[in-house]
Amino acid sequence: MDALILARMQFAANITFHILFPTISIGLGWLLLFFRLRWLKTSRAGGDPLQAQGWLDAYRFWTKVFALSFALGVVSGITMSFQFGTNWPGFMERVGNIAGPLLGYEVLTAFFLEAGFLGIMLFGHGRVSEKVHLMATFFVAFGTTLSAFWILALNSWMQTPAGYEIVDGVYHVKSWVEVIFNPSFPYRLVHMLLASSLTCAFLLIGLSAWQTLRGVAQRSAPKVMRVGLTLAALAIPVQIFVGDQHGLNTLEHQPAKIAAMEGVWETERGAPLLLFALPDDKARTNHFELKLPKMASLILTHELDGEIKGLNDFRDKHPPALPLFFAFRIMVGVGVLMLATSWLGWWLLRRSRWQPGALPKWLLWSFAGMTFSGWIATVAGWYVTEIGRQPYIVYGLIRTADVTSKQPSSMIGLTLALYITLYLALIVAYVGVLKYMAEKPEEAMQHDPADRAALPTAATGAAA
Amino acid sequence: MNLMSFDAALPVIFMALMGIAMLVYVISDGYDLGVGMLMHRATDAEKDVLVASIGPFWDANETWLVLGIGILLIAFPKAHGLVLGELYLPVALMLVGLTLRGVAFDFRVKAHDSHKRMWDRLFFAGSTLASVSQGWMLGRYVSGFGSGWNYPLFAAAIAAALPMAYVMMGATWLVMKTDGELQKRAVQWAKIAWLPMVVGLVLISMATPWISATVRERWFVLPEFIALLAIPLMTGVALVAARALLNTRAVLGPLAWLPFVLLILVFLLGFLGLAYSIYPYVVIDQLTIWQAASSPAALKVILFGTCISVPAIAGYTVFSYRVFRGKTGELKYA
Repeated sequence: MDALILARMQFAANITFHILFPTISIGLGWLLLFFRLRWLKTSRAGGDPLQAQGWLDAYRFWTKVFALSFALGVVSGITMSFQFGTNWPGFMERVGNIAGPLLGYEVLTAFFLEAGFLGIMLFGHGRVSEKVHLMATFFVAFGTTLSAFWILALNSWMQTPAGYEIVDGVYHVKSWVEVIFNPSFPYRLVHMLLASSLTCAFLLIGLSAWQTLRGVAQRSAPKVMRVGLTLAALAIPVQIFVGDQHGLNTLEHQPAKIAAMEGVWETERGAPLLLFALPDDKARTNHFELKLPKMASLILTHELDGEIKGLNDFRDKHPPALPLFFAFRIMVGVGVLMLATSWLGWWLLRRSRWQPGALPKWLLWSFAGMTFSGWIATVAGWYVTEIGRQPYIVYGLIRTADVTSKQPSSMIGLTLALYITLYLALIVAYVGVLKYMAEKPEEAMQHDPADRAALPTAATGAAA
Repeated sequence: MNLMSFDAALPVIFMALMGIAMLVYVISDGYDLGVGMLMHRATDAEKDVLVASIGPFWDANETWLVLGIGILLIAFPKAHGLVLGELYLPVALMLVGLTLRGVAFDFRVKAHDSHKRMWDRLFFAGSTLASVSQGWMLGRYVSGFGSGWNYPLFAAAIAAALPMAYVMMGATWLVMKTDGELQKRAVQWAKIAWLPMVVGLVLISMATPWISATVRERWFVLPEFIALLAIPLMTGVALVAARALLNTRAVLGPLAWLPFVLLILVFLLGFLGLAYSIYPYVVIDQLTIWQAASSPAALKVILFGTCISVPAIAGYTVFSYRVFRGKTGELKYA
């Protein structure tokens, strides 16, 4: 294989692995703050101590999930900061003046904020006042979101570049406001933040369902499941609306991406919506089409006879249709499943007086099956947007092939194999440990070996 | 202020910032990588204390590497491509090591008890792999990625010496943060690591001018040579003092912090020596900082952010170390 494909595969492997964990930690940070606040409120005088204990349990358990997810996000994020240089050396040489400050601000304002306060959030309770601890939790949640802000600003700029000028082949900034708030940025940011909320919501729902099925539900399970279902039921319709708006924005700025997503080869009016097809990038046509007449035009242009540009209008300047076509359908399919599950689930849980134990088995199994559905939709969505930017690294301006690394393909292949092995093993370990923690919640919370790391002597008191 | 001269000074400022970030990284992640490499020597109960002693800090420590590499990436993009292209394989190995270390840290306390031993081994292996790779990278970088039989040998020597220095940092960190039997054992570990580390340092100090003509010219000219003598002399005093201190009883009590601080001083002096050797190159003999720098406009934007955020980062780092000051006790998620 040639070095370009290998370099892309390696980078794709790394960002795919990376995005799984921020997707959890962005939303979970705020959920932890919410659990904490509920605990503070219910534990005040006159509150129900059982209620309070449930919220505290929820906080303690999900803090551990957060710590684990955060650690995986940090280590894979560090890998990314290196791979910009090892895989795409030409990228920073050309657009460093724009990408550099955005990445720099991410590290300076967000990365440090979250990592700096994480220690206090995880281990500081009892060492600092309740107020300071709450602040630390807030800073960690805020830091993860701020991090998403900067990274998505850069990613969106690469999709819809604005506010720049080119002097001797090097890009310079004309307006930072235009660079950051480029045309696709607001849509992508909101879409991603909602994706994170949904991923967390289904993680909460799925793990509490699993615990209920296994008969090891914690006191917190009813609360956690209710929070998850409520969040999912509220977020998913908004997400579908935002996704539609994002699609219209893409149609305006990256019509070739839309054509590939919809499998449209020839420009046409009243284009049909393909429910299924097998796009063939070599023959430049589709096989096995199953279509709804005029629907694609209706959805995308909001007119039955609206014109959709076909891929043949963008020869050599469009992404492959096959992966986009399917990735897009997977994302939408999971979204529809989420809508059905969360609305039905919320209604049934309410009818069983918010007691997960009273829910029918088939529903609990569906919840458990959808524990990681957010990951699938998020990754599929990112594939649509990132593969959809090809063959460019900065859309319409710089081709990926022009900035790629000069490393021999054997070297890239070797490290690719190394990374993939590592990542697959870590995903298995992560899911396995989550399952283990869910099944042994008491053990995971109270018999933490680190908790027993008491000192052999009595000096602990003096140190406090 | 003359605008032209400020523009010309910007790359120098960023070189300094990058150097400081890297120095803070090497010191802070140095001690926790060192603690990781001591894992296999500790008993099961001690392992938990070892991990607890670095638990609240390692995330933030590692962030300094992202900042250092980030500055290289954003302020000196040409050098970033060149350096990381040359170091492609060791970078990948270091990243694998850092990944294993970072996740093993979290997995070991959450996984099934029967898997704990495996994660402990991976914690040790990851810390070692990352440290050795960093040593190799440092060696290749300092010698300007030269080719010839002696260059890999030089890099290999640093690849062996840097982990020893990290182990020494880790051991003195434990002397400071623990007490009782474990503290006594940490003193022993520090004593064992001292000699290989010093031998490594001496060899490298002698080999660097031998391998690089540029460094040779920098150091062995009068009168600079006399002024520069302060660096090796002070390093020597700090190293000998640290070793002597390890033999005293005071190191178990009121002076437990001193060996660690002396080690920081050694790293600081080594850094100054290195900075003096390399400046004004960002890649020695190949690329000066002015040739590699981004546009002044971009650098100013980053500098603005740096001036605001670095004091804040320093502030909450100090705060975090104060919250977890004193001997390592229980480490509870709460």
